[in-house]
Amino acid sequence: MTALLPRRGLAQIFALIVILMVDRAVSPQFFDLRLQDGRLFGSMIDVLNRGTPVALLSLGMVLVIATRGIDLSVGAVMAISGAIAASLADSHGLPVVLAAALGAGLVCGLWNGFLVSILGMQPIVATLILMVAGRGIAQLITEGRIVTFTSPDLVWLGNGAILGVPVPVAIALGMLILTGAVVRGSALGLLIEATGGNARASDLAGVGTRAMILAVYVWCGVCAALAGVIAAADIMGADANNAGLWLELDAILAVVIGGTSLFGGRFSLLLAVLGALIIQTMNTGILLSGYPPEFNLLVKAVVVLAVLLLQSPKLTGMAGIVARIRGTKA
Amino acid sequence: MTLKALFAATATAALLLALPANAGQLTIGFSQIGSESGWRAAETSVSKQEASKRQVNLKIADAQQKQENQIKAIRSFIAQNVDAIFLAPVVSTGWDAVLKEAKEAKIPVVLLDRDIDPSGKELYLTAVTSDSVHEGAVAGEWLAKTVGEKACNVVELQGTVGASVATNRKKGFDSVVAKHPNLKVVRSQTGDFTRAKGKEVMESFIKAEGGGKSICAVYAHNDDMMVGAIQAMKEAGLKPGKDVLTVSIDAVPDIFKAMAAGEANATVELTPNMAGPALDVIAAFKDKGTVPPKWIQTESKLYTASDDPQKIYDSKKGLGY
Repeated sequence: MTALLPRRGLAQIFALIVILMVDRAVSPQFFDLRLQDGRLFGSMIDVLNRGTPVALLSLGMVLVIATRGIDLSVGAVMAISGAIAASLADSHGLPVVLAAALGAGLVCGLWNGFLVSILGMQPIVATLILMVAGRGIAQLITEGRIVTFTSPDLVWLGNGAILGVPVPVAIALGMLILTGAVVRGSALGLLIEATGGNARASDLAGVGTRAMILAVYVWCGVCAALAGVIAAADIMGADANNAGLWLELDAILAVVIGGTSLFGGRFSLLLAVLGALIIQTMNTGILLSGYPPEFNLLVKAVVVLAVLLLQSPKLTGMAGIVARIRGTKA
Repeated sequence: MTLKALFAATATAALLLALPANAGQLTIGFSQIGSESGWRAAETSVSKQEASKRQVNLKIADAQQKQENQIKAIRSFIAQNVDAIFLAPVVSTGWDAVLKEAKEAKIPVVLLDRDIDPSGKELYLTAVTSDSVHEGAVAGEWLAKTVGEKACNVVELQGTVGASVATNRKKGFDSVVAKHPNLKVVRSQTGDFTRAKGKEVMESFIKAEGGGKSICAVYAHNDDMMVGAIQAMKEAGLKPGKDVLTVSIDAVPDIFKAMAAGEANATVELTPNMAGPALDVIAAFKDKGTVPPKWIQTESKLYTASDDPQKIYDSKKGLGY
């Protein structure tokens, strides 16, 4: 019985393996890898590379959700930071470009955190403001056009490679390790979970819940800004109308697929990133399959439903009962 | 953008109140959708150029993608008794009442770029639009002519699923492919009209088609997706423009940059100059009472590397694309 209960992460790993097998079935060369201009080349690399923005977003989002919050503005923040990076890329060095873009993300995060933590606004409403206005700000920066750049430093961030591994993937991995080290290497993760579990009780117990909430929104903003810079570097241009569009929903989905409850109180960074990978493995599989694009969203919905059903305690409990009945019969 | 649009709207409103029309000079009100895309911005700037070329006083009202703003603008144009109204409708229905008001005031209305619901046909003078089925066909004809009798596997980057432009550009291209058995569309997937998705989808096409060796040509429903696809091909070690032919639609400046670098082959123009023909129609209508046909189709011009792409890039890049 205990073996049938979902252990944390088991359902996600199982789902990822199944989707990978399906991808392998629709595209026999799915796992093929080769070196192309010093960079690994293959569908698996595409999955990791294309999954990077959502993985980065989910790293920030999972902490916000752990405090019982939500951040709808991450897509818009991507657009803002991408627009800033592209506008500065050809006139300034990479450190300045990164500082400006990530600084913008930080300010956006501070704004969200201020509304939620200091003013006590509902997170979904507070971040909706920036979700709508942020894209407008980005369009203001780009003047509504796609701003292109040629700066090799910034292009490298999107298309370069470190020992064959695409730079975006290396950055995402670095951010995962950094975030993990900070929140799990200290009591910070526990305090964030306490804030989400019961903010009032935690406050009375001496947890600085306001500071916690402010901090997670700031981190979420910085992660989104980094994702925005990578997205702009990838296409060598900032497209304020489309950069990060609807990605907030993918990020929330990744967190939920990763088993983090929207009611806060517990979280897993690794599983959120795994959730992002599951989404991208599915997306890449759909593109490789050659089905007409009209089916894309339908396939996605069915797969997401299946993955979430796998995690449903009620359903797995039922499966356990069925197995037990069968066992007694046999 | 919102701020800028707000300024633009206020400025236009101020202009509308302040500027009396010069005697003899035509005054035309243009209700523009708003800055939804680079092409739209270019249309606005070309309209201004065309109007000043003909010494027409063109008043542009930016509707910020809202029909109620367009209706307000049209009513204010009627109140000022302009000589004609240009309308780029944001949606196709709901225009009957306000267009009837214009008709009663005897102000001719010309639709630009988009058509409205057929029930209102008698309510406007003419519509100046491009034929997106024809655009797809022009792209297809170029490819058919360029490859000749050789067998050619084409991959297609579609626009947003369900968008009429995407459906039509596919239809036009498919009609040419059907006539040439050597052309075959082997893969077709949506790239949502964006660079990022165009690149991602092209990456998967390349993997699915054995590293891209079996791909002879790429057809994209817009240039932005093609710019993304060109990057994907370069990263995979292919030579777009040489190993793989490219043809796309819109003629935005960046595709000319790629063409000048030898990385793109052809593009079909969706001209931002819809106001030019409309201004000519209005001038003829006012002078001699010439009633134009109900639909004026703009030219879908094909540009290739032999058209001095660098020069076209320089001339287009200032238009706000």
